[in-house]
Amino acid sequence: MTLQDIHSLVDVENGTGSREIFVDHDIYREELKQVFGRAWLFIGHESQVPNPDDFFVSRMGEESVILTRDRQGELHVLLNTCRHRGMKVCRYDEGNTRLFTCPYHAWSYSTDGELVSKPGELVGVPGFKTHYHGQLDKQEWGLIHVAQMRNYRGTIWATWDQNAPPLEDYLGSFSLWLDSALNHRDGREGGSVVLVGVQKWRTKCNWKFPATNFVGDAAHGVSHKSVNMVGISPSASGRRDERPKDHYAFGWPDLGHGGLGFTPRLEEDWVQGDVFTKYPEVSKYFGEVYATRKKNLEGKTHYQGKGTIFPNMSFHEEQPRTIIVSHPNGPEETEFWRFYLVDEDAPDHVKDTLRHYYMTYSGPGGMTEQDDLENWAYATEASKGAISRQFPYNYQQGLGWSEPFDEYPGAVWCGNLVTEQNQLVWLKRWSEFMQGWEWEYLMHERVHPDARAFPLKVGDK
Amino acid sequence: MSEAKLSSRGTALLQEVEQFLYSEAEMVDDRQFREWLNLFTDDLEYRVPMARNVRSDNIDNEYMEGAHDIHWIDEGKETLTQRVEQIHTGVHWAEEPLSRTTHLISNVRVSESVALGLKDEEVDVRYVFLTYRHRLNDQEDTVVGRRRDLLRRVDGQLKIARRTIYLNQTVFLARSLSHFL
Repeated sequence: MTLQDIHSLVDVENGTGSREIFVDHDIYREELKQVFGRAWLFIGHESQVPNPDDFFVSRMGEESVILTRDRQGELHVLLNTCRHRGMKVCRYDEGNTRLFTCPYHAWSYSTDGELVSKPGELVGVPGFKTHYHGQLDKQEWGLIHVAQMRNYRGTIWATWDQNAPPLEDYLGSFSLWLDSALNHRDGREGGSVVLVGVQKWRTKCNWKFPATNFVGDAAHGVSHKSVNMVGISPSASGRRDERPKDHYAFGWPDLGHGGLGFTPRLEEDWVQGDVFTKYPEVSKYFGEVYATRKKNLEGKTHYQGKGTIFPNMSFHEEQPRTIIVSHPNGPEETEFWRFYLVDEDAPDHVKDTLRHYYMTYSGPGGMTEQDDLENWAYATEASKGAISRQFPYNYQQGLGWSEPFDEYPGAVWCGNLVTEQNQLVWLKRWSEFMQGWEWEYLMHERVHPDARAFPLKVGDK
Repeated sequence: MSEAKLSSRGTALLQEVEQFLYSEAEMVDDRQFREWLNLFTDDLEYRVPMARNVRSDNIDNEYMEGAHDIHWIDEGKETLTQRVEQIHTGVHWAEEPLSRTTHLISNVRVSESVALGLKDEEVDVRYVFLTYRHRLNDQEDTVVGRRRDLLRRVDGQLKIARRTIYLNQTVFLARSLSHFL
């Protein structure tokens, strides 16, 4: 596939995207390099490795990585493959160890800074003195570290690209929404934990369906019609499709992030709906927490939203409060990992009510998520054919109606209109990564010769 | 649970339990979901905990069953009833068209204490299951695992008061849990 071919896959000006993006095997292989080899990716949450020597095995694209906390308390993200013959050095999902010993030839790697100069380094090799004549460079042959790692309010992120900009720049002002998911309900920074148990499941769909669904698809209500008819909300009467006031789609065209969220307003003007009326005790608890929040954040601005951080981490800030990562697992398969967040100090009965609601809504057993999975899987299947793949997808809803929204620097919106422009925002970013742009162009510090402007509203329509 | 030989009362109970489980399975496979709900008590606890790969010296923690641990499913009769009603809306796309399922049940055992009649209003039952599903053209999966039920006799009829389903899979490979295991 030539650069020209890649360039032509997304037509930003006309709001179309080739189906090849969602089914082609060559494009998929290129994505693993250009997108997953460079972008900041979500690894896990620090609450999953609270103690020294704790580890949690995660993924970056198709790669298995180990998030581990060393004896000095520092976090590391290591590629889970022995440097000698490639065997996985860790085949558990989580646990506690200081030493990762390969089951193949017993090369062992330590995370103890007392024993090695850099955690993850080789500490033991059978036959080191005799068969290797003491000449193997143990520092050189340690486990591969990610190029950069960052702990952002408890969430751990990493990239394989040492030239990638700091995570904060990569997120831009979209971080205001991520904060609304990660922060304590009383307004404190952080203060949330991931409940034990990450739901992992595979579905036969391309990973970009969930990524672009969660980036802000306000038009897919029909997918969830059955849930609305049955009514699974923890408020006695509320429906999934009923939102608080001023809830719109916002996209970040230069960064590829986007989602559905609220126009900013003073914290004291924010009206928090009571979504737990069926559970008076829980309702009472949140009533108190949100009153504390108003006091804590008086005079500050309330930012709130849900969405996708390019490429494949999506989050929901309120109910259910979760993070989902759509790991590519072949062009026609996604491995989903869903993490569930709660305030660390919430009372047990509150945590219990929340987790029950989360499971009812999300995951492979979630009454809402199941219908999304169905759509993504059969959309993938029906796009594979030699004929069907010739016809691009349509992203024209709202095309040319986006306007800058200055209160979220770098963002655009279509006012109070329903729009699919966020998905075009995401595809535009995907195209830029796939064209192999250097970071100075990706971060729009310099204008790339092939850069295409995001279609904005011109004049009064 | 190590009974080599059941008393005649135990044998009769085992037979009754087996017939109950077979007819329950048939009801699901026949999509008699609303009738199926009547087999559960109102205070039902229905759980499908998740498994993870841990070291063998930590195998007691393989299944995550802590008070706040996330499950595949953890609910009561209200939500189970909503799942049935969701299927009946006709617009629950993951089950429209419906899955064709076949439930196989085997290795059924009832607890000795119950068989001896120490507490005859409730029966602790352990068994294994295999659920095959086919849907549309080439969507198929097999989910296998162990079940543990607490059956309670209500007005002479057995009902399920507690069901825990232990799956062998850590990563759920069957697309979604839109059918009943």
